[in-house]
Amino acid sequence: MGFEVLLKGNNMLRLLGGLGVALYISLISVAISIFLGIILGALMTLKNPVINAFSRVYLEIVRIMPQMVLLFIVYFGATKVLGLNLSAEVSAVIVFSFWGTAEMSDLVRGALSGIDTIQYESSAALGMNTTQTYFHVIIPQIIRRLIPLSINLITRMIKTTSLVMMIGIVEVLKVGQQIIEANRKSSPNAAFGVFATIFLLYFLACYPISLLSKYLEKKWEN
Amino acid sequence: MEEILKVNNLSKRFDDIVVLDNLSLTVKKGEVVVIVGPSGCGKSTFLRCLNGLEDIEEGEVLLGEEKVNPNKKNLSKTREKIGMVFQSYDLFPHKTILQNITLAPIKVKKRNKAEVTEEALKLLDRVGLLSKKDNYPRQLSGGQKQRVAIVRALIMHPEVLLLDEITAALDPEMVREVLDVVLSLAKEGRTMLIVTHEMAFAKAVADRVIFLENGKIVEEGSPAEFFDNPKTDRLKRFLETFSYEK
Amino acid sequence: MDFNVIKDYLPLYIKAFMLTIKIGWIGIALSLGIGVISAFILHFKIPFFSAVVKVYVELFRNTPLLVQLFFVYFGLPKLGISISAEACGALGLGLLGGAYMAESFRSGLGAVKLSQTESALALGMKKGQLFTSVILPQAITLSVPAVVANLIFLLKETSVFSAISLMDLMFTAKDLIGLYYNTTECLFMLVIFYVIMLLPVSILGSIVEKKARFKMFGD
Repeated sequence: MGFEVLLKGNNMLRLLGGLGVALYISLISVAISIFLGIILGALMTLKNPVINAFSRVYLEIVRIMPQMVLLFIVYFGATKVLGLNLSAEVSAVIVFSFWGTAEMSDLVRGALSGIDTIQYESSAALGMNTTQTYFHVIIPQIIRRLIPLSINLITRMIKTTSLVMMIGIVEVLKVGQQIIEANRKSSPNAAFGVFATIFLLYFLACYPISLLSKYLEKKWEN
Repeated sequence: MEEILKVNNLSKRFDDIVVLDNLSLTVKKGEVVVIVGPSGCGKSTFLRCLNGLEDIEEGEVLLGEEKVNPNKKNLSKTREKIGMVFQSYDLFPHKTILQNITLAPIKVKKRNKAEVTEEALKLLDRVGLLSKKDNYPRQLSGGQKQRVAIVRALIMHPEVLLLDEITAALDPEMVREVLDVVLSLAKEGRTMLIVTHEMAFAKAVADRVIFLENGKIVEEGSPAEFFDNPKTDRLKRFLETFSYEK
Repeated sequence: MDFNVIKDYLPLYIKAFMLTIKIGWIGIALSLGIGVISAFILHFKIPFFSAVVKVYVELFRNTPLLVQLFFVYFGLPKLGISISAEACGALGLGLLGGAYMAESFRSGLGAVKLSQTESALALGMKKGQLFTSVILPQAITLSVPAVVANLIFLLKETSVFSAISLMDLMFTAKDLIGLYYNTTECLFMLVIFYVIMLLPVSILGSIVEKKARFKMFGD
């Protein structure tokens, strides 16, 4: 069934390396997204009409446009239109961060607006200044709401990194294709074994994370 | 007078905690029995045992000759005869007021739609809500929803009506309109078991008042005996929590 | 931007658009069917099948569509099962979508308040009547936001069909860019067509979501 090809040489290691590329891109993008997302989310609560209009358009673009299309636009388009020669990896990080920032900012905005003004007022009544209020009262409450949702975003990013093979990044699917091609003659059924394994690898990467997220959500439901 | 509801040695446990302890009670036809007591003493659980929403570990509940058994197949038939109104009214949000009332009689009792509608409209008129028949629950106030909930239970023609703290979730100004409905039901001879902490109302509507504490009946009596001449210290202390005299 | 180029490429894009829509909505229909059946199985805790559904849902929610497509299109033929690219696309989307829809419907069913069940039972309703008259209508309305989100997600996922050589919008764009280098025009048209495909769904979806929310909660 083609699984034997994985035991040859360092094929398995190469596959894992490909998955590593996926994780690497996801993590960098998530970090950027969280950072920018928090800033944008906080800005969105200011009820400034310009910011609101901008963010509505921005979020709708991310909601409608498939990531693949965005990848194409950045990777192929940047060169033509902006004259920049972006590597596939950089394009991927840009697109994923663009996506992630939109989602994070929406989450942050939702979490912040979910906190009643009464919390700010009672903190002020107790004599706390703005920084103390945010630090001790507001932020702890938001974090509990944000973490499970952010973990969910990470899982989705990891899955979406599979797309980057379409702009040539050598991640796990591409490695898989190379292995299959290289072993055409010796293992004609390698396609089954290799892709089944990749299927399983993604599952093993994402499932524990999603379990963690569910566990945290239940734990912090109160 | 005929005995309608009999509870014999009812006991109920949640894990290791005894919630209801060897309770026995008889309700006669047309009698209004009011149960009061501190929060968490098992009053609501007791009512829920009576129509099979809760399991019982020991004892039995008899409606006439029939046993109320949560595990028996004819439970839904028995429930047609025991009406219950909940604290959270729980009208069906996706149906109009009229549909809320007519759903059960049509589907469960298989009555004729025109006939049921006519009765429903009469009952709605009686509680002053005829104009709301095509509205949805979300458009009604708490007090209005609760009155509809009472009508919804009444139209099943139950032999006994269980009312579980039906005014506890209402704004104070709406409590009266609901309790007036219950008073009129008492006047027309309905058999009712009411759990409440509206003491003035209890005094006005009850034939008999029962004090339940820690799952046991501590004292019972007529409203006059109960409120004006409490015999046990525990009841005295409980009643004191409702008055502000120094 | 050269509009003559756009005029020339338009028929190709339209053909690709129709293909994407066709396979996309077939896949979505399949996912709704699978989702509803799975949700029922999970809600009623049917033995054995519940376990099967749980495994299915976790497997397909934690793996990307691209991997699933590769596995079905390139891997299964090695076992003797070969499917056309179109069928593969629809099937893949249906299986992936089914897992997401199952989760959405199941949580919709679970979101109906317990007190609704108790009120209905207290009125003497039997389990079957309770389910069809009280629980199901509310569950459907409660599932709407999640289902709308899934629809948009699934339509976006169709963008990976090009990987198994389906001549969809992405394939067409990549092909034309590779052949004629009119990158700007190609990308522009790509975006326009995806907007046509998804914006109406997004707007309609929001409207339906608002209506459902009003129906259940009155706000």
